[in-house]
Parts: sequence; structure tokens; C-alpha cells
Amino acid sequence: MPMRLFYRVFPHPFLTLLLIVVWCLLVNSISYGTVVMGLILGFLIPIITAPYWPNRPPLPKPWLLVSYFFVVVWDILVANVEVALVVLFKPNSRMRSNWVVIPLELRTPEAISMLAGTITLTPGTVSADLSADGTALLVHALDADDPEEVARDIKARYESRLKRIFEA
Amino acid sequence: MIDIALYIAMAVVGLSQVMAMVRLLKGPMVGDRILALDTMVVNAIAMIILVGMHWGTQIYFESALIFAMLGFVSTVALCRFVLRGDIIE
Amino acid sequence: MTLILDILIVVLIGIGATFLLIGSYGLIKLPDPMSRLHAPTKSSTLGVGSLLIASMLNAWVHHDPSVHEVLVMAFLFVSAPISGNFISKTHLHMRRNDTDLPCPPEEKSWASTAPVKND
Repeated sequence: MPMRLFYRVFPHPFLTLLLIVVWCLLVNSISYGTVVMGLILGFLIPIITAPYWPNRPPLPKPWLLVSYFFVVVWDILVANVEVALVVLFKPNSRMRSNWVVIPLELRTPEAISMLAGTITLTPGTVSADLSADGTALLVHALDADDPEEVARDIKARYESRLKRIFEA
Repeated sequence: MIDIALYIAMAVVGLSQVMAMVRLLKGPMVGDRILALDTMVVNAIAMIILVGMHWGTQIYFESALIFAMLGFVSTVALCRFVLRGDIIE
Repeated sequence: MTLILDILIVVLIGIGATFLLIGSYGLIKLPDPMSRLHAPTKSSTLGVGSLLIASMLNAWVHHDPSVHEVLVMAFLFVSAPISGNFISKTHLHMRRNDTDLPCPPEEKSWASTAPVKND
């Protein structure tokens, strides 16, 4: 019962938290005034926008997102250097760009968009399209000898983690 | 020391802006031109940050943020126009 | 201490400028539209990211501390995949008659090449 009251007042608790943090960053100070103003915004905006966004996306294990974030940041750093070297020193004739098809095990739209965003942010791969029924992702790889290996890598490194976070 | 690095970085960012402009003028397909515009927006944000560091003020932060938002929205609007022939249906 | 932080700031500015340059160079150099997409959307995010960290450190060492550069970084990191995806959809749209795309499993078509349902 208290949980239901809480969700009535704050329909999207994470959005409220995000709005408070963004407001404090925008004002660039943490004082009681800014936090209270952020809390007012975080109270009003989710209630006003709730009709457009009626149900909360399921997120059974939000704390795993932190470790996922660090894995992705590390991969971005490493792959950025790799792609920079490829762009600088590999002649175009030896570049082997390939289309990769990744069959998906994820089903929730949030998890799939998160995976697509991760793939695009990690250099060397861009997610281009989703199949019409949402069961496969079309990815373009800049320099991959073996498309199968790229698909296996992405599935092992990101998809399994996202499956644990969103679809436990 | 930081000032010298900032001058060099400004020159380098300006050079990359020119390179993106070459692709904008040359680009054989519409997507290339949109991509070049997107890159130019990112370079402009970098330039604004460098100028803000050089003059030691924080007031350029807002313009960098607005550039980021406008750049994103204009990229999406241009792509949508190419894809659907209309931006808001 | 200030000297070490200054050197760190200079190194970060150098990394940022280098990656921005590589991004734009890749935009010119790479041969086909889809691989051109790889250069800027990536190198630019890391380039601007490290410039913003340098700006934050600079403000922290020489002026008042400020962290709101994180906001620009977060916004760029959230919006980069979306604009990249839109641009690649544009590329796919402009060459929808080509046949070198691999087919998805189970013989369904890709979302942007699927026949449009008019209802």
C-alpha cells in the first residue's frame, strides 16, 4: 500500500532522480535551494508527462547498470584507439567492412535499444536496422574479417549482461 | 603551457572543421552531407569549449549545450525529411 | 601538484584535438558511405569527452570548481547513437534496391525495407 502511494506521487522515480541531478548540474551548485527546486521539477514533470508514458519499464536489477556502464566506457576507450589506428594506417583497399546479423535473445524494447546504442557507441560497429519482427539486429562493422566472430563477441559481452539486467 | 596547447588545439579543430566542410561540399549522397553537418556541429562544440577554457569563463557552457541540442535535433529532422518527405506527420 | 594537473590538462586537450582530427580525416578518407559513418560518430564523442574533462579539470584547478560539463557529455553520449542510427537508416533508404544486404534469419525483412502497411 505505501508503495502504491509512492508510485502515485512519483510515477517514474528514476526520472525524478535524473531531473534533480540535471537541475543541480545546470545551476552548477548543490545547495538546499537548488535541490528543492529540482525536487519540485522532478515532482511536476513526471506527473505532467505520465499520460504519454503510462507504464514503467521493468528493471529488475538496476544496480548492475553501474558495472555495465564501466564495461562500456572501457570498451569505448579501447576500441576508439583501435578504430583510429585503422582509419589512419590501413589503406582503403585492405579495409574489410562487413554487414553483421545478430540474432537477438532480448525481447523488451528498452533492452534492445540499449544494446543498439551500445553497439553504435563502441567504435568499429554501427547498428543500422532491426528486423521487422524485432528478432535480429543489422550491424555494420568497419573492419571485420569474420562477421560471425563480431556477432559472437557482442552477444557474449553485452547481450548477456543486458539480459541479466532487464530480463532476469 | 595550457594556453599554447589551447592555441594548437584550436588550429587542429579548425582544420578538422575544414575537412568536414570538404565532405559537406563533395558528399555524393544526402546521408554524407548530413553526417558532415553532424561532425561540424561536434567540432563547433569542441571549439566553443576551447574558447571558454582560454578565456576562463563558464558562460560558454550554455552555448555548447544549446549547440549540442540543436545539432542533434537538426540531424534527426534532416534524416526524417529524407526518409519520409515530412518532418512532423 | 598544480604542475601535474596542468600536464594532465594539456594531455587531455591533445587527445581530444587528435581524435577530432582523426574523425574528420576518416570522414574524408573512407571509401563508402556506411564506413564513413564510423569515423565521426565515434572519435568525436571521445574527442569532445576528453576536451570536456580537460575543461572541468581546468576550472577546478584555476577557477571555481564546476561539473556542469558532464551534462554536455551525457547529452552527446545519449544522442550520438540515435543520430548515427538515423543516418544509417538514410543510407539504407537511398539504396534500397541493392541486394548486398544479408537477410535476417527466418526470412523476415528489415524494418526499414519492409513493405509499408497502409491502414
